[in-house]
Amino acid sequence: MESSVSRRKFLRLSSLAGAGLALGFYFPAAAKAATIINGTDAAALGVELNSWIFIDPSGKVTLMCHRAEMGQGVYQSLAQIIAEELEVNLDEVNIQFAKGDKKYGNQVTGGSSTVSGSYKNLLKLGATAREMLIAAAAAKWSVPASECYAEGGKVIHKPTGNKYHYGELAEAASKLEAPKEVKLKPVSEYKLVRKPLPRQDLKMKTNGTAVFGLDFEVPGMLYAQVERSPRWHGVVKSFNEAEVLQVPGVKKVVKVKMSVHDKYREGLAVVADNLWSAMKGRKALKVVWDDSGFEHVNSADILKRQEEALKTKQGISAKKQGDPDAVLAKATKKLDLIYQTPYQAHAAMEPLNCVAHYHGDKIEIWGPIQAPDWVQDHISKQMNVPREKVIVNMTFLGGGFGRKAFTDYPHEAVLISKEIGAPVQVVWSREDDMTQGPFRPGVSYRCEAALTNGAIDAVRIKMAGQDLSNWMRPDKKSANWGTTEGFADPYFKTIQNISFTDIPFETPIPPLWWRSVYASTNGFAYESFMDELALAAGKDPMAFRRQYLDDERMHKLIDKLVEVSGWNTRKKKGGYGVAIVESFGSTVGQVVKVSKPAGGKLKVDKVWAVIDCGWYVNPDTIRAQVEGAIVMALGAATQHAMTFKDGKAELTNFHNYPVTRISETPPIEVHIMDNDANAGGVGEPGLPPLAPALANAIFDLTGKRIRKLPINLATV
Amino acid sequence: MAVIQFTLNGKAQSIDVDPEMPLLWAIRNTVGLKGTKYGCGMAMCGACTVHFNGQPTRSCSLPMSAVAGSSITTIEGISEDTTHAVQRAWIEEQVAQCGYCQSGQIMSAVALLKNNPNPSDADIDAAMAGNICRCGTYPRIRSAIKKAAQLTASAAK
Ligand code: FES
Ligand code: FES
Repeated sequence: MESSVSRRKFLRLSSLAGAGLALGFYFPAAAKAATIINGTDAAALGVELNSWIFIDPSGKVTLMCHRAEMGQGVYQSLAQIIAEELEVNLDEVNIQFAKGDKKYGNQVTGGSSTVSGSYKNLLKLGATAREMLIAAAAAKWSVPASECYAEGGKVIHKPTGNKYHYGELAEAASKLEAPKEVKLKPVSEYKLVRKPLPRQDLKMKTNGTAVFGLDFEVPGMLYAQVERSPRWHGVVKSFNEAEVLQVPGVKKVVKVKMSVHDKYREGLAVVADNLWSAMKGRKALKVVWDDSGFEHVNSADILKRQEEALKTKQGISAKKQGDPDAVLAKATKKLDLIYQTPYQAHAAMEPLNCVAHYHGDKIEIWGPIQAPDWVQDHISKQMNVPREKVIVNMTFLGGGFGRKAFTDYPHEAVLISKEIGAPVQVVWSREDDMTQGPFRPGVSYRCEAALTNGAIDAVRIKMAGQDLSNWMRPDKKSANWGTTEGFADPYFKTIQNISFTDIPFETPIPPLWWRSVYASTNGFAYESFMDELALAAGKDPMAFRRQYLDDERMHKLIDKLVEVSGWNTRKKKGGYGVAIVESFGSTVGQVVKVSKPAGGKLKVDKVWAVIDCGWYVNPDTIRAQVEGAIVMALGAATQHAMTFKDGKAELTNFHNYPVTRISETPPIEVHIMDNDANAGGVGEPGLPPLAPALANAIFDLTGKRIRKLPINLATV
Repeated sequence: MAVIQFTLNGKAQSIDVDPEMPLLWAIRNTVGLKGTKYGCGMAMCGACTVHFNGQPTRSCSLPMSAVAGSSITTIEGISEDTTHAVQRAWIEEQVAQCGYCQSGQIMSAVALLKNNPNPSDADIDAAMAGNICRCGTYPRIRSAIKKAAQLTASAAK
């Protein structure tokens, strides 16, 4: 899910539709070096302009958002970056969603990569446009460009105070060569970046006008509700078509087989001229499924089998240094512990939905889509239609958390549209969204260590859980890349003998990444284990981490965390816990404080978080992301876990899959480290530390160690 | 099907629908006002909250037969231009993330402040606990409700 900026070409393409200045990027498949070309070169290259910046003669500035906006604020932050170097005011800028198209490079909104993967290019893009506008103005005035500067959408001639609006310069600038080198501002001169500027999408999200996938309509559109195989791999044996067709408004019942990983899932789509009729028709539908030929799983068995596998299976080495096996074999003081995390549903607030129109030679899709380019690829292959004829339009997303980066639901909508010969909106009910998966896999860990005199001699970690990329990797022989995720890098410098082993584990449950991916489960195991090691070593958990995370940035983060949480003056056994998890190029440390009123339920009093994400754009957006990640993590740590019985997901809606509510949300304080290191992710890294910090806090208060999630706050 | 008459955002409405159809789908698909959202369909999440004769109500669980003759307000009816104190406070506190739950949150908050112009944290928790936000904007919802209370109080002076 990573973008690779270094392999992208960066270029200038000028003159869109004759008038105005348009600049964009060029992302050839395997290029190494950046190339800057003009419009003529672009035509010669046979590439289409992707105008990331467009300034028309009236001075209107339009900036492109090539990624999905699902709450994380990219709609604002990408524009904020470009506008900084372009020298325009943000309130004069229009922001447009790009369609899914190769010309926009990697559009997969995942891995917290949107800003970290593109900011350097975007800064350069803005600066390039600015320099061209300055050059155009200087030529008009016949003065040296060095006497001119740009500010607030204008070029100003310093000695005379003369001004040109960008609109007046746009056409002339579009005819100029783009400069090869541009000077970027030092951080200290930023006017927009690093400022807590209000998000432009929030007004429409406050008055009901923001268009989400579910709100989208095309003329002549029909509605579908789909009854899908509840055990995921079952096939339709029979159903009562005649009765369903009796329901007023219902037009058709069609069988649909959507692709889920390397398999297909069967369903029956009830198509009607309005959504309510489709829902009623579906209620009338009775399907007999053939569920033979695959295992019907139960949650309890999964955990048992994982534990068994951790004790008996060899596994595949994912990372190893020194000889932890030899050290552990001889050690006198040892820890050998099992940690377990459950499966989870994504349960984004907007249930899945998608509008599709199959035209035969062309397919149009509109929806809450995290990865338009993956949808294009997938639909193109599945439907045998050229990639460029698959047009994917992104709406706002009512949450994504990884689920909406999967391609099954657009595929299903396209198949139904093809079958009925009309545009269709497929609406998943909350129950569909929750029970159909794919799910964040539950994972078990075996963590062993040897200690001498309060120092770690060796660590050996084994992980048994479903591999998220197995379906993309036919050999299934290499180790799961996610095994070491969330384990902070500096630990490898201070722990000489250490190994990570992946114990491959399969079930019929379809797995998928979930906000913060492997770090969401690894973080709990690894940072709970660190706490237990600190205790075994007789050290303060924060000081122990400082010792083993021997790195300047980590030390600064730990110092900040100590300062804001009052760690050093806290009451001993007062219910404080810490965890520090590195993921997606950022590190987040959290301190959780808990208390337990006599006879009452354990309460989370406060969470302090410190994030080091390097270079950053909007501090307020970052704080919002970390707050939100903590709220989501708290639900996953203490309230909900998807369970399976007889091959089916047991929990169906928010009454039996309870998520965090306002009344359960503690005060949260977020601090951001200030440095210019490479930008890291923001949307995900705030999630993993919460569960271990909470479990560590509970241990501090009660002496009870929790090694399995979720934690029942009423009984600890 | 039945013709059902009610008042929607201050205007008379008359629609011919299945009386069993929940108000949510009538507003969204028959009338075409899409600000009110679907989240659970069983009165568990609050995404579909509207005011039914002034009371915050889950429109996903209110059949059209019960709506006849009533007055309904949706997010679109809160203000012409996003200037209701709650909306202003929501923008000042930068509450929304994905935004999907926010129409429902705002409808609950407007109703809360109408009955209780100066709510405590506990009042806020009680009034807002029926509205889920998976993006976790709760800390900001709390401060925005307090800010809206201030804005309303200072406007009244
Ligand atoms: S959709 Fe009505 S309460 Fe959830
Ligand atoms: S803002 Fe996304 S669910 Fe509330």
